[in-house]
Amino acid sequence: MKTVPVLVVALVPASLALAIAFGSVDLGPAQLADALLFRGDEIAREIVWGVRAPRALAAFACGGLLALAGALLQVLLRNPLADPAILGVSGGAAAGALAAMLLGVGAAGLNLAALAGASIAAGAVFAFSLGRSGWNPYRVLLTGVALASGFGALVGLMLSLAPSAQVQGMLFWLLGDLSPAADPSVALVVLAACAALAFSQSAALDVLILGEDKARSLGVAVARLQAIAFGCATLATVAAVLLGGSIGFVGLVVPHLLRLSGIHRHGALLPLSACLGGSLLALADTLARTAAAPAELPVGVLTAAIGVPVLLFLLGRLR
Amino acid sequence: MLEAAGLGLSAGGRELVRALDLSLAPGAFWSLLGRNGAGKTSLVLALAGLRSPQAGTVALDGVALAAHPRGELARRIAVLLQDEEPDFWGSVLDYVMLGRYPRSRSAWSRDEEGAAAARHRLAELDLADRDAQTYRTLSGGERQRARIAQLLLQDADILLLDEPLQHLDLNHQAQVMRTLSRCASGGKTVLAALHEPGHAARHCDFAVLLYDAGRASLGRSSDMLTQANLEALYQCRLEAAGTGSFLPS
Repeated sequence: MKTVPVLVVALVPASLALAIAFGSVDLGPAQLADALLFRGDEIAREIVWGVRAPRALAAFACGGLLALAGALLQVLLRNPLADPAILGVSGGAAAGALAAMLLGVGAAGLNLAALAGASIAAGAVFAFSLGRSGWNPYRVLLTGVALASGFGALVGLMLSLAPSAQVQGMLFWLLGDLSPAADPSVALVVLAACAALAFSQSAALDVLILGEDKARSLGVAVARLQAIAFGCATLATVAAVLLGGSIGFVGLVVPHLLRLSGIHRHGALLPLSACLGGSLLALADTLARTAAAPAELPVGVLTAAIGVPVLLFLLGRLR
Repeated sequence: MLEAAGLGLSAGGRELVRALDLSLAPGAFWSLLGRNGAGKTSLVLALAGLRSPQAGTVALDGVALAAHPRGELARRIAVLLQDEEPDFWGSVLDYVMLGRYPRSRSAWSRDEEGAAAARHRLAELDLADRDAQTYRTLSGGERQRARIAQLLLQDADILLLDEPLQHLDLNHQAQVMRTLSRCASGGKTVLAALHEPGHAARHCDFAVLLYDAGRASLGRSSDMLTQANLEALYQCRLEAAGTGSFLPS
């Protein structure tokens, strides 16, 4: 039982090291070691510290945020198939980002537009699910699904209207792509904050699995807990989507992988989801950068290629 | 002391309970009997503070339930619900240990005292060797006993149980009733919604009968659980059964 957490935690430095060691430019072990210690060749130093390290950390932050959001949504919506895309936040961000591309505004404008789209989606989900009779997980689910398909239609419309030169950039954004990711620091801070906040609620989340009434009878302030966890999941999803676009399957699959390995208490599940999601996306992104170098594959394609069979396998095991 | 005064409950436009006065004193074991849809579950939920009554109040030690902090209420009142999400991924022991939440909610420290108490509760309900088994793989009756073990671990003064005997075989029905009876003798207040008048007559001191259209009557089991009352309650003729009708001795 103890080996799984140890392996998952050990995977964090290992995946980051691999992400820094491999890239489109071959750096030998000696060169790599020098560059890591800020010695030797300036180009190698720039590649390691200026390009690969931020990219590796961006991938880690993105994957960690998505997996954390997925783990939270799965317990809150009591639905094993819940993942960050279900909030409609990814769809809102995608519609905003594509609109910005269509209008030809710069990178800052694109991020702002994606943030605006994500906020509109999140706001709508909150507004529609906090009904008069309190919080309702099913309304969250339905609102999120409705918004996601609405934004999907909007995205399709923009794709069909866009000049062909822009379509490839748009498709990369939609598939999930970390190549424009520059500064992972905001996402890392959000990851740490969300993980800490979610962890502080982990014992109450364990009890929430028994259902809202039972949790209430055991002393859990259910509405407050749901608001905190939903807020966390939304914030994490927004931060991840702004950094890497709509990367799928990490948020869905990672918490299930841990549950199937015997990790079910949220005190362990939440932090380990963040670690495993981050490590897996750092590895997937390394593969995306190197598999067809010098061309880059959208990392979302790789996570889907791994995620779909894993998901089908899991569905087979879930009765 | 848990007291309902002038309690009125309705669900789906039907009046279930009208102007019910009920006071549950420490040491008393109550049964709650009625036909399907008579309002047993609604009454249990209202007494537990999980549903607001349409009329009247429920008070614990003279203070309305809503005025008690949730955490404190969880140490005083424990409730076994009829339905529960079965999607728990951990072991039987992990499941029972959730009953410790009102008393120990630290994510860091190991709750050895709680684990020992949980094992004791599991043994009491014939699940001693099942503590490491995955909860999801238990049978329906075993799950029901694990849920009761969790309830007992909560160690509240007042136990409200909605159909505690569902899914249980004859022997375990009697075992659960004896366990609840011991809780009452130990000074706890116990109220159980039951479909088994035989068990109620043998183990419970008092009975609440919920009739249709909001009528209720309550009193000592020996006075309440008569053939005439039960025939009126269940709206069918009853006869003393011969072969095949047994209660565990």
